[in-house]
Amino acid sequence: MVSLANPTRFLSLVDAIVPWLTALVLILLGLGLYLAFFVAPPDYQQGETVRIMFVHVPSAWLAMFGYMLIAVAALGTLIWRHPLADVAAKTAAPIGATFCFIALVTGSLWGKPMWGTYWVWDARLTSMLVLFLLYLGLIALWQAIEEPGRAGRAAAILALVGVVNIPIIKFSVDWWNTLHQPASIVRLGGPTIDPSMLWPLLVMAVAFTLLFVLLHLIAMRAEIHRRRIHAMHQMTVERAALVEA
Amino acid sequence: MPDLGPHAAFIVAAYGVTLVAVAALAAYIVADDRKQRLLLAELERRGIRRRSAKPAAAKAGKTQRRRRS
Repeated sequence: MVSLANPTRFLSLVDAIVPWLTALVLILLGLGLYLAFFVAPPDYQQGETVRIMFVHVPSAWLAMFGYMLIAVAALGTLIWRHPLADVAAKTAAPIGATFCFIALVTGSLWGKPMWGTYWVWDARLTSMLVLFLLYLGLIALWQAIEEPGRAGRAAAILALVGVVNIPIIKFSVDWWNTLHQPASIVRLGGPTIDPSMLWPLLVMAVAFTLLFVLLHLIAMRAEIHRRRIHAMHQMTVERAALVEA
Repeated sequence: MPDLGPHAAFIVAAYGVTLVAVAALAAYIVADDRKQRLLLAELERRGIRRRSAKPAAAKAGKTQRRRRS
């Protein structure tokens, strides 16, 4: 693991993994969609709309997973000042924001036929919206500060402050009255969802998670190359200044 | 495709939004990756190198000079 902290070794590993991971993601997404539409039965209460769950729930999980990844990477940035930690955090933000956006929109589209409304300002929905705004804030911060080191440290502090929102999202359905259903998969007593729906959901969750990892690895590779280009330009400018002097 | 019932539009819209959002994200990331790789290759072709990426011959020469001194 320590050797992977070397950006050059990390890039070699990414180059080797990406083709295999792409194939695996496509196979799992195909299998997951087949299970979601042709194997999983309609719900006895929600009917066919339960099929929205197979994209909504993995997206919501990944929105939180992405933020936790940023928070852990933020510790790496602030404590060890490792450049790969900041690269990991910066590149996870747009991916996490996209999955958060998908969770919010698909949740709204599921809510309208089931609750009679696209949106309510209850704890679960509002805390997910706050998570989306946190993602946008982090992306804006990275864009606003030109020097990567300073931007990384400022974003790391914001990320660690915002991490308090994650347990609020998770336990909001237990702590407050909400239209959103309580946890039915990740809970102490085990899943309450029927295996005929649980398996398609788990396959989709694994497929989405691997898709997240795949996109994150490619985005990290691009960011490492961007920083190398930045360093090369800086060196060229310094050399030109020395020659002039 | 099974009959999606009276709320088919909501189900199709949910999967459509997911597909468009993921496809747009993937296209952006892959295009950015390709752009950075091309830029880096172009700089290396022009002989510009990072401080930490000196040619192997130069590194070997430096090591030998250190040993002699």
